[in-house]
Amino acid sequence: MKIVVPVKQVAALDDDFELLGDGSGVDPDFLQLDLNEWDAFSLEAALALREGDGGDGEVVVVTVGDEESEEALLGCLARGADRALRLWSDECRDADPLTVARLLAAAVARESPDLVLCGVQSSDAVNGATGVALAGYLEMPHVAVVKQLDYAAAESAATVKRELEGGLVEVLKVRLPALLTIQTGINEPRYANLRAIKQAREKPLQVSTPEQVGLEAGALAAAAGSRRRQLRPPDRGEGAEMLAGSAAEVATRIVEIVRERMS
Amino acid sequence: MSDVLVIAETRRGELREVSLELIAAALGVKQASGARLLVAILDQEPERFAPSLSADGVDELLLVPTPTEHFEAHVSQRALEELIEAERPGLVLLGHTIDSLGFGPAVAARRGLGFASDVISLSWEDGPVAGRGAYGDKLVAELDFPGKDCTLLMLRPGTFEAAEADPTHPESVPTRSVELALDGVAATEHVSFDEVQESDVDITKAPFLVSIGRAVEDKDEIPRFEALAQRLGATLSVSRPLVDAGWMPSARQVGQSGKTVKPRVYLALGISGAVQHLAGMRTAETIIAVNTDPEAPIFGVAHYGAVADLFEVVDELEQVLG
Repeated sequence: MKIVVPVKQVAALDDDFELLGDGSGVDPDFLQLDLNEWDAFSLEAALALREGDGGDGEVVVVTVGDEESEEALLGCLARGADRALRLWSDECRDADPLTVARLLAAAVARESPDLVLCGVQSSDAVNGATGVALAGYLEMPHVAVVKQLDYAAAESAATVKRELEGGLVEVLKVRLPALLTIQTGINEPRYANLRAIKQAREKPLQVSTPEQVGLEAGALAAAAGSRRRQLRPPDRGEGAEMLAGSAAEVATRIVEIVRERMS
Repeated sequence: MSDVLVIAETRRGELREVSLELIAAALGVKQASGARLLVAILDQEPERFAPSLSADGVDELLLVPTPTEHFEAHVSQRALEELIEAERPGLVLLGHTIDSLGFGPAVAARRGLGFASDVISLSWEDGPVAGRGAYGDKLVAELDFPGKDCTLLMLRPGTFEAAEADPTHPESVPTRSVELALDGVAATEHVSFDEVQESDVDITKAPFLVSIGRAVEDKDEIPRFEALAQRLGATLSVSRPLVDAGWMPSARQVGQSGKTVKPRVYLALGISGAVQHLAGMRTAETIIAVNTDPEAPIFGVAHYGAVADLFEVVDELEQVLG
């Protein structure tokens, strides 16, 4: 069984950050990079399926990212992925989910996977859209927001639980090949040991441009779903009344407010 | 300008509230652009929802019967693609919900639409302009959609005030049946629903919640917060990471995938305020938040805030309570 796991190196804002002069983005000096939280769970699901399958399968991680995102890929290889693909061109910087999905689709189609496991969303952009858009380009059956996954090899199908709002869960069956977006909490992601981290650098990591995965010039620009005009601080209305002072003073005020409101 | 098409949402025979919020957002666009407003109902028996969607300003209700009893992503995907082909709307509005996220992005990809999800503001400047959160809602990205004949936007539930329908005058909005070839399109098979687990603790009924999140960092600290909640006369609730980690049962979880709560006081200790969490508690009467990050989105909805270390404040709370 071949499983492709699209992943993302996400950026978190420092407590103090600055915007670029033209308001188009955040000054990169104020970003901390890490593997997207959801992708640790989709990768773990893939690794567990490979192990359950007798270890014959292959787990391929793929990302759209610049050279810095190789750190996330190396982390995935250290945890047990077999090889990695990095797709990049400068037009992918700050790309919207459709652009990313279009590029991923070109590379993933070449792999002919049995299963594509994406995270539900990324913690920085929170579109929740890239996985299902990818399924659209691949014309692959899909299920979004999966919190349990049982694969039945004999039927080449999976029974999955889809997490709905308010704690309700739908159980459904889907035949492979399929794309699933994986919710946090579905499993316990493993950590890589030191030896595996060293060995990760020996595993194949291929870098490709959009042209090299078969996209024509202009295909990504045509796929883009939006243009970012501006990045600005949110309207916060009145905002919170901030309690100043020491921890002791804060605690005293909290107790006062609680007593007043609950009386 | 061409039409605005709203896709209403139903689940297990009930209309979902977000449908009327989408209509309200669409009415704003209609006012600014002069568009017609169409509302489509995709359901096995769509006509039963027509009365509750007959809001002032809706120009036509499209009744689209589906072959499956429950939502099926591929059926909805095909139906929306065919509706777009036939009706040629300039703007399509969906909820940023679990069901609609299961097909909306695929439609946008396949048809080359303008697209944005988790949209929190919508205006019209010769075309749609959408605002959405960025970097955990610490910033807002303003998007437009140049060169797109049709744009699909997924609006965050609870952001737009719901339109009011008048079910007593259903004849006020004309309906049209739209038969689409949807047999054999489903790619998944519904097995069952797992119902929401009953629990001895009902956080939706508690007047005072002390809520903790990721910042707790250690499972062994949880009894301490349980004790603190008890001494304050509160019930302990949590954000998602503590349930994912298996430290607390899901019955205690506040947020989109957990419970929606509206206590008199909500004391959030070390919760940054992810969108999905805020969706479950933003209507609490008084929200007090303690967090080390002054930019944490929780402060955007809190009435009182303190930028402080959670454990230092808890030490002192224990002192104050004696």
